[in-house]
Amino acid sequence: MNSLVLIAVGLLGILSGWFFYSRFIAARIYQLDAQFRTPAHEFRDGVDFVPTNRYVLWGHHFTSVAGAAPIVGPAIAVIWGWGPAFLWVVLGTIFFAGVHDMGALWASVRNRGQSIGGLSEKLLGSRARWMFMLIMFLVLLMVNAAFATVITNLLIQFPTAVIPVWGAIVVAIGIGQLLYRAQVGLLWPTIIGVGLLYGLILLGNAVPVALPAEIFGLSDRVVWVLLLFLYAGIASTLPVWMLLQPRDYINGIQLFVALGIIYAAALLSAPTVVVPFINDQVPAGTPPIAPLLFVTIACGAISGFHGLVSSGTSSKQLDRETDARLVGYGGAVGEGMLALAAIVCATAGFATLADWQAVYTNFGAGSVGAFVTGGANIVSQGLGIPAGLAATILTVTAALFAGTTMDTGVRLQRYVIQETGAITGIAALKNGTLATLLAIGFCLAIAFGAASDGTGGMVIWPLFGTSNQLLASLTLLMVTVILARLGRPVVFTLVPLVLVLTMAIYALLLQIGTFLGDQNWTLAIMALFILGAAIMVGISAVTALRQTGFSLLAHRHPAE
Amino acid sequence: MSWRAITEGLAEYYRAPYRQAMAREARDRDDLFRLLVLSEALGIPNPAAPYTLELMPLVWDDFHDWHRRMGMPHSPLDHIRCC
Repeated sequence: MNSLVLIAVGLLGILSGWFFYSRFIAARIYQLDAQFRTPAHEFRDGVDFVPTNRYVLWGHHFTSVAGAAPIVGPAIAVIWGWGPAFLWVVLGTIFFAGVHDMGALWASVRNRGQSIGGLSEKLLGSRARWMFMLIMFLVLLMVNAAFATVITNLLIQFPTAVIPVWGAIVVAIGIGQLLYRAQVGLLWPTIIGVGLLYGLILLGNAVPVALPAEIFGLSDRVVWVLLLFLYAGIASTLPVWMLLQPRDYINGIQLFVALGIIYAAALLSAPTVVVPFINDQVPAGTPPIAPLLFVTIACGAISGFHGLVSSGTSSKQLDRETDARLVGYGGAVGEGMLALAAIVCATAGFATLADWQAVYTNFGAGSVGAFVTGGANIVSQGLGIPAGLAATILTVTAALFAGTTMDTGVRLQRYVIQETGAITGIAALKNGTLATLLAIGFCLAIAFGAASDGTGGMVIWPLFGTSNQLLASLTLLMVTVILARLGRPVVFTLVPLVLVLTMAIYALLLQIGTFLGDQNWTLAIMALFILGAAIMVGISAVTALRQTGFSLLAHRHPAE
Repeated sequence: MSWRAITEGLAEYYRAPYRQAMAREARDRDDLFRLLVLSEALGIPNPAAPYTLELMPLVWDDFHDWHRRMGMPHSPLDHIRCC
């Protein structure tokens, strides 16, 4: 089948969701009101609460939620054929992710801009708050470990990306210095920065860099993983203006450029999808499609992490409540389009089915590597860029995103540890350096606990999916409870909640069985923790629903 | 769309995600500065008080927000009656 059909049907579906379904949900279910005084105005302080241009906010929301995950998940999940991944991404974006993300924004905006964590305490009690923090910590832990593996694999598989990936840090620091010290406008630093990044890509393409197979008795994989965590630790403790801010900015611009390149190339070359709709010859050891499909593709279909971003920062900057449709649902649409591009690259970027099968030799073997290889072929055919150079461009895009997510993830983990220290009164945990070391120590324990070469991240990827989907279920549960208390229809959040929660718990049970069978105690204990947290939250939810007297929606509209 | 609009849009896109972290840092520094300036008035001996006295008018504008942020619902100083 021609990939143009895939793109046309997928985009038509996602955009129909945006034009029709999101309008219905916004107007009838959440009843977004342009006259409602949002927290950004009510508590405007120039620090946390600042009304922001909705297009700028959408850009940030989209780039914050779209790390490397919407590429990794779909690129792995096409092992079951293009059909299941395609359907879950398109339908998941329309009926699950958009409703979830917009709902998290709405619930937060109507509750003084509180985060989902704060709301969970208010709605479900302090025990749920602790469970929520635990799941959040584990999700961040797994994201960091997984993305260290993703970047390591990319740097080894595509040595041409080593110079631009590490050189991007220097470019970002230069932009930060230019803007902070010289106070110049952003236009020229942006043009020069992006130009330098692409210059580094050309340089890297000409000068591939590969580490020796062994350094001081450590394999190259181990060295890359250690270097990446060393970088993440330093980056997360530096002042944000110095590295993180300009790096995120350049990455955001780079994402839009890369998305444009992939879609333009696919439209011009119209490659054929070589993978069958359903792949009935999956490699031995591939887990069952149900429930693993629903946890393998988390970001790109529905993701609990989006609720954290929606209620953590976006809700405090929403200028008008009606902007929640563009920011929340629109952010999910952007991510769905990225996931769709990943599916096209991983299924139509190969010349024959045999070529594809040579890459997808086991579950998890495809991943970002398949996206880069396939995507490079499409970009090469469509835009005439040499395949090697196209591969370097896509590798840099994916690696930069994974890198940004890693250093932000370590920083967030540090905050969680420091917050735990503040709550429990353990002064040592409030120390920034110790909290960072602890965060990195946990990440390394997972990376090396699940695989001896430090690439345990991919082993625990489905576990990330389950915890992430449990987080999404939690958010949907809270939105559903609020809707129920307002006497509004709950079916639009309840159906996604039931499906996502069922699949997440089912997958978790299967994983616990596998980990126990493999005697992998680290992961088994982690999975049991997550299951325990899910059960506790469920009990809290039932208790909360049976009680009354919650002071929710204190800022409800007078008409309600 | 003018160049100026593009530059302003880019600037907001650049600032927005880290605006909170930067503003918190600036606020913490301002709070420390305010504490130093008002230390004598608050009963904390300060050898630089004769010099910081001249700076007091500079901190009055945000004084109300400051004492509320410090957990004091009303002004702790007799000579500044902001609420």
